[in-house]
Amino acid sequence: MIEYEFPGLLNYWIVFLLMMIGLYIVIGHENLIKKIVGLNVFQVSVFVFYISMAKIKGGTAPILADGIEVYSNPLPHVLILTAIVVGVATTALGLALVVRVQESFGTIEDDEVREQEEQDG
Amino acid sequence: MNVEIVTSDLLNVATLVIMGITGLAIARIRNLFAVVMLSGIYSLMGATLYVILDAVDVAFTEAAVGAGASTVLMIGTLALTSDREKATPNARAIKGLFVCTLIFAALVYGSIDMPLYGDPSAPVHNHVAPRYLGESMGEIGLPNVVTSVLASYRGYDTMGETFVIFTAAVGVLTLIGRARRKKGGKDGGSGS
Amino acid sequence: MMMRRKMVLRVVSKLLIPFILLFALYVQWHGDFGPGGGFQAGVIFAAAFMLYGLIYGLGTLREALPSWVTRLVLSLGVLLYAGVGVVCLLLGGNFLDYDVLAHDPLHGQHYGIILVEFGVGLTVFAGIITIFCAFAGRAAADVNPHDPEETARAGDD
Repeated sequence: MIEYEFPGLLNYWIVFLLMMIGLYIVIGHENLIKKIVGLNVFQVSVFVFYISMAKIKGGTAPILADGIEVYSNPLPHVLILTAIVVGVATTALGLALVVRVQESFGTIEDDEVREQEEQDG
Repeated sequence: MNVEIVTSDLLNVATLVIMGITGLAIARIRNLFAVVMLSGIYSLMGATLYVILDAVDVAFTEAAVGAGASTVLMIGTLALTSDREKATPNARAIKGLFVCTLIFAALVYGSIDMPLYGDPSAPVHNHVAPRYLGESMGEIGLPNVVTSVLASYRGYDTMGETFVIFTAAVGVLTLIGRARRKKGGKDGGSGS
Repeated sequence: MMMRRKMVLRVVSKLLIPFILLFALYVQWHGDFGPGGGFQAGVIFAAAFMLYGLIYGLGTLREALPSWVTRLVLSLGVLLYAGVGVVCLLLGGNFLDYDVLAHDPLHGQHYGIILVEFGVGLTVFAGIITIFCAFAGRAAADVNPHDPEETARAGDD
């Protein structure tokens, strides 16, 4: 049993706020690089959400040793560990697409790209 | 013992607040070079938080990958494009804020019956985790449970992730692997 | 290359790179006892080469690590991972069931995990280097449109 309820649900709510900052950067801006940075912010926030669910109060890192009784949950750690590396690989793919957009349109602002597309029919 | 728990909880919330401030700075600043560096700081604060939350393997990866490699790649992209962002129209910003507020409200509503932070009786901690923590020393023989789960119990997942990295590298090669032979595109190529 | 005259950067990076590589190897082979493993080791190993490329130029990096090597290593890592699974099948176990790799299941598990983590490390290392060189090669082609040799070497991937 936990001895006191701090931070309790408040912890998750702050993480939700971080996620929403990331989402706002993605949908509130036209610049493609900024959108990708926003996706990264969103991604790290989701990772933090997962990892904070794995935490047990008073536990330690899940590396087995004598004399330790309580370990935090290793399963979310595994899921997020691989997700981080896949995240950077997909980010690189997105950035490569941004480079190609810049080369074809001369801009990385989403609305300007759309304008040019409409002009060309 | 109790002092340690209180300290780690306070550090947890403090790190989250610093991450929030960094995130707001990323949203406001229009110099993309500063934005990319701040996103590196955001990742590094995330890595710090993972150490506080006992996920040492994840913290290691985040510090090497999120803060290191992806920042270098983003700066590389800035060198190929431009490092100024033009001002966001107010209408779009307000629409974005509206959508985010709605989703935030929905998430908070959904979180109300979640188990409290750090509660050992939460369902996550009582299904497969006890098996991994209790039996893996006899079945796999490695002290680092994360490695046992990653490479053995869930080795098939990890194989898929490795294939994703392979595919992403091949995709990047296909997109920008070859140097341009001629200036392509409608506007005569890049403006950098 | 702009970095040609930055003496401090050149000397310090030359001192640091061997230690970064050594640390990456430690993380790779010690991942089953402490924090670490193939994913982290691959990125750290790649970081050493990225530092070399940033300081000495992409052409020098490509002389040390030609593009055919990274492409080979990229696919070798995936093949090693899947190959361990196939060997388990041939020895009569399930796919990626390392118990059958040695007489003692615990030893089999240990061999399997070391091989599989090595495969992950190879793929991650080569993947990050490939991506980095693709971006840097584009930039070099932009900066140096009139130096065909540099462009050819840089865009060799």
